Parts: sequence; C-alpha cells; structure tokens
Amino acid sequence: MLNKLLSGDMPRSRVLTVILAAILICLAFAPFLFPGVRSVDTAARICVFILLVASYDLMLGYGGIVSFAHTMFFGMGAYGVALACTHMERGFGALIVGAGGGAILAALIAFLIGLFSLRVRAIFFAMITLAVASAVAVLVSQLSGLTGGEDGLTYKIPRELTPAFRFGKDMFGGELFGVKTNGRLLAYYVVFTGALVLFLLLLRIVNSPFGRVLQAIRENDFRAEAVGYRVVSYRTAATCISAAVAALAGALYAIWLRYVGPDTALSFEIMVDILLMVVIGGMGTMYGAVIGATLFVVAQNYLQELMGAASSAVEGVPILPDLLSADRWLLWLGILFILSVYFFPTGVVGRLRDGK
Amino acid sequence: MSAAPEHAPTMARASLAERIAPWLPMLLVPLVMLTGLVLIPSGSSWLTLTVSGLAMGMMIFIMASGMTLVFGLMDVINFGHGVFISVGAFVGVSVLLMLAGMTAAPSLILNLLALLLAIIVAALATGALGWAFERVIVKPVYGAHLKQILVTMGGLIVVEQLIIVLWGPEEIYILRPEALKGAITFAGAALEKYRLVAVVVGLALFLAMRFVLRRTKIGLIVRAGVENGEMVEALGYRLRLVFIGVFVAGSALAGLGGVMWGLYQEVITAHMGQQMMILIFIVVIIGGLGSVEGCFIGALLVGLLQNYVAFLEPKAALISNIGLMVAILMWRPQGMIPVVKAK
Repeated sequence: MLNKLLSGDMPRSRVLTVILAAILICLAFAPFLFPGVRSVDTAARICVFILLVASYDLMLGYGGIVSFAHTMFFGMGAYGVALACTHMERGFGALIVGAGGGAILAALIAFLIGLFSLRVRAIFFAMITLAVASAVAVLVSQLSGLTGGEDGLTYKIPRELTPAFRFGKDMFGGELFGVKTNGRLLAYYVVFTGALVLFLLLLRIVNSPFGRVLQAIRENDFRAEAVGYRVVSYRTAATCISAAVAALAGALYAIWLRYVGPDTALSFEIMVDILLMVVIGGMGTMYGAVIGATLFVVAQNYLQELMGAASSAVEGVPILPDLLSADRWLLWLGILFILSVYFFPTGVVGRLRDGK
Repeated sequence: MSAAPEHAPTMARASLAERIAPWLPMLLVPLVMLTGLVLIPSGSSWLTLTVSGLAMGMMIFIMASGMTLVFGLMDVINFGHGVFISVGAFVGVSVLLMLAGMTAAPSLILNLLALLLAIIVAALATGALGWAFERVIVKPVYGAHLKQILVTMGGLIVVEQLIIVLWGPEEIYILRPEALKGAITFAGAALEKYRLVAVVVGLALFLAMRFVLRRTKIGLIVRAGVENGEMVEALGYRLRLVFIGVFVAGSALAGLGGVMWGLYQEVITAHMGQQMMILIFIVVIIGGLGSVEGCFIGALLVGLLQNYVAFLEPKAALISNIGLMVAILMWRPQGMIPVVKAK
C-alpha cells in the first residue's frame, strides 16, 4: 500500500524516513500541533513550496533543464485564481476555473518556449526563460488595470474557506482540541491535501518509464537520442508538466493568501529561493524538495531572528555585525548553495542515502 | 580520347540573394534605422532617438562582449556576469564621488579625466574580481553546464549581498560631470552630450577589440580557440591562460560598462547588473553565442528598437526585445552569426 502510494520510490535511509515522517505529521496536524496564526501560515507556505520545488525538480533534477521562469508559471496559477475570483461569481467554480486556466496557460507557454529553445540547445532555455520571465513580470506590474500593478489584487474566496465560516457547532461545540473549527482550518487542509496529492502524482511521474527516459536524457542526451527516444519531445513534455504543476501550486498559494502581488508570486527572489531549496535539499530526488523547502521556509522565518541576535552580540567589531545582520541571511545561504553544488550535488537527501 | 563529361560545370555567378545572405545581419542595423525614419513623423525626434538608441546599444555591447567571448572560448556560461556590472558601477561611482571637485568643475578636460579615472579604477577592480571569480567559482565546474549555471548564479547572489554589506542597501544617486550635463542642438534635434560620449567610447572599444582580435597574435589565438580549442592546445598554446585573460578582460569591460550605465541612469543599485543581464542574454543569443560582431549588431538592434518602440507605442516597448529575439531565432535558430557549433 505504502509502496504503491510512493510509486516504489522509498526513502531508502532510516534517518531520511524518520525526518520525512516527522515533516508529514507536523504538516498534517499543523493547526493542532502549532496553533497560532504565524505557525499555521508557515506550515501552509511549506506545503506550497514543497510542491513548487518538487515541480521544479522534475525539470532540473530529472530533466537536467535549467529554467528561470518557474515563478512565472507559479504566478500564472496565482493570478489565474485571483482574476477568476475577481471577475466571476464567488464560489468554488471560480477557484477551479482560475487554477485550471492558469495551469493550461502555463503549460502552453512552456510549450512555446520549449519549442523555440530546447530544439537548439538546452543552455538557450535558461537564458530565454530568464528574459521571458522578466518581461512578464514587468508586463504584470504595468498592466495595472487588469492585475492591480504593484499593489496586487485582493479578492474573495468562497465563504467556506474564510475565518468567518464556522462549522460543527452542534457536533463538537465549534472547537476541536482547543482549535476553532472555522473556514481557515478548511483552507489549510485544502492546501495540504492539494499539495500532497500533486506531490504523489509527481513521484508517480518520475518513477514511471517517462521519468526513467528523462533521467537517461539528463545523463547523456546524445545516447538517448541514439537509442531512439525523441529527446526534444521528452524535454518539452517535462517542461509542460512542471509548469502546470507550478501553476497549481500558485493557485493553492493564492487560495491561502487571498492576495496576489508581484512580490508574492512573480519576483525573481522567489526564483532564487526555489533554486536554493532544490539544490540544498537534493536535485533529482523528489524528497529533496520536501527537505529543502521545509528547511528553507523555517530558516526564512526563524533564522533571521537568530542572526539578528548574533549580530547584536558582536556589536563593536567592524563589519561583522553587518555580515551577520538579519537581512544578510541570503549571503550565507548563497555560500551554502555554492558549497552544496560543489560537494553535495545530491543535497541533504543524497548525503543521508549514502550514509544509510 | 575520353568523352567530355556529361554535365557541364556551371560557372554562373551566385545570385544576388546568395551573395547578400552573409551580410544580412550587418544590413539589419541600417534597415531598422530606415524603418524608424519612415515611421517616426519628425526627423529631429528620429535623430534624438537614434542617438540614444546607439548609445544604449554601445553600452550593452561593452557589457555583453566579455560574456560572449568567454562562452565561445571555453564553453563557460557565466550567469554571474551581471555582478561585475554592479561592482563596476559602485566602485566607479565611489571614485567619482571622491573626485567631486573635478566633476563639479565646468571644465570638459577635468570632467573627462575624472570619468577616465573612475572607469580605470572600476575596470581594475572588476578585473581582479573576475580573476577571483574564475579561480574560486568557475574553475571547478568546467564542462558541466548545469553546474555552471547554478554556481555562477550562487556567485551572483553572494557578491550582490556583499555589495549591500559594503555600500548599504539604499540606491545611490549620482550626478553626471558638469560638462556632460545637458544637450546640444544639432539639426533641430536635442542630443544629450553624455549619450554622444557613450557612443564614442563604445565605438572606440569595439574598434579596439576588433583590432586586437583580427590583427594581433593573441587575437588570433583567441579566435582559433573559439573555432577549435583542442587543435590550438595541440599546437602548444596554453588555452587555459588565454581563457583566464579573456575572462578578466571581459569582467573589466563589464565593470567599465557598469560605470557608463550607472551615469546614464544617474542611479545605481546592487541589483542593476542582474537587471541588465536580461538584455545581455537577449543580445548574446540573437548575436550568436561566441561572436563579437554578432554581439555588436545585436546590441545596436536592441538599443535602437527599444527607443523607437518606446516612442511609437510605449506599452509595446516591454516586449519589443522578446519579439526581436523570437523573430531572429525563427530566422536563424543559432543566432545571427553563429560561431560555436551547437553542442
């Protein structure tokens, strides 16, 4: 059963199994284990980013394609939901139309970019996606009539998913283990379930024959071509799937935040974050996405405070407080990133699997 | 006596289209300028736009040329190239701020001297940084594109953060030297002085680069290395050393371009290099990876088109570059003047 759910791709390391199980339990019961607005918010962010990073890993880790347009696809899903909720009747129909429309658009654009660049050489793809993604980001901030520009959009999601909606009053008195059973709780479980199902789907994809061919192409595309696989088709297909899943992750994020703006859904910083998560967690292992995203989001929320404390502790020493200040955490993650590309290309997961 | 061959050798001249084909990319620049002349109603605004387009193109070329050569020579793709632009701008502007006495004086000679000093210091600093970057970041990942992209991206993040540590997170505003402010009027068109200086500097650098590449021994080795690196090494040249030299020179040029660009915009931020990278990539791709001439033509095309379109239809300016890239890749998927064979 479990083997089937995980598509035969077991963690293959005792420590890794324990960590993954712990993360799963923490996320599954986050509203009860860590009550409080901020921690539930962190948990939802982790869910969304696990999915986003896993979809990126399908492209980078399994397909060997570097894309810088992943936030663009993410943003398409998020803006899809936002626009559908703004212009359509309030209800679940709008969410489905928005998410579906965003995913289809993302896959279509990924297909077009792939058509242009993957045909020539994979390295073009990295540069062209960077150019296209930045053009789209500028376009979104300019077309303020449609997208709200820099301010972004706030919109109404179905009432059942908002804190104002209460349920189960007569059954368990509106509280479950001391947590108010309101729409926010439901929204969290929509995000969690959506992320879990899509993650398992991605796991299924990478462990299918399709995934094996992708890995073969990553290792040696010339040889894969010689064996008779259409390299370009496989790469393009991987890009499209990855883009569609990224858009769905964006849709989940939009449902959770009830707001989209360039900073939350399109900025280049998110792209850098995704890269860091994939590489630190481990490229080419779906579980790397789980570890990387969890580590990173927790660090983003809590490491900064720690660094702030460290910075004030070394006050008086020249430069050191500046290097340790809370805003400079990206510096240290950047160094960690470079080191992990050099020394642990398979990231935390690869290390754990080697060590058993 | 043997019979005459059945087919008669054809001695006909190649048709006009065939003879023009190799030169088409060069003709594109005047073509775009002519189209602009037709579409833009007044001649004087066309002149203003053309000069600013050329100035922008020249600066982009300065920044992009190093990257295309580095790629052509060693198949190294440097996503961190933009960071040299930022560092160059910050160093150069710091120098200019220190020389406030010289830049505020209304004398052209003193102003140009200050600018020259700033450019030299910036180029030296970014050249040194380029050397360190090559040693520490790029060297361990030769031959692996995926890792190169990731690692140089990481290098970009780290150096960008270091700029913020050293200079602070705020953007720095900088005034152009006194004598380079304002515009001169020529044939009814207002031409900003600084843009003219940028065109002159860019053109001089392009010609110098062409001279070095075409007329000197080191240029010969570099060009041969781009064509067939293994053969050059077999002849006994240490291509590694040449490559480091090109990398350092490319970084120095990027830093120089950064100073020029910073003065053009009159504001510098740590992220400016990263933003420029997008234009640089477009230029390098449409020019053909590894080709300096292609890079030059591509940069001019991007600069001119952006200015014309921004004048004619401001909303479309954002996607004009992407449109240009798509059009050129449909025409020649390898770029206008491909040098490095697709790998």
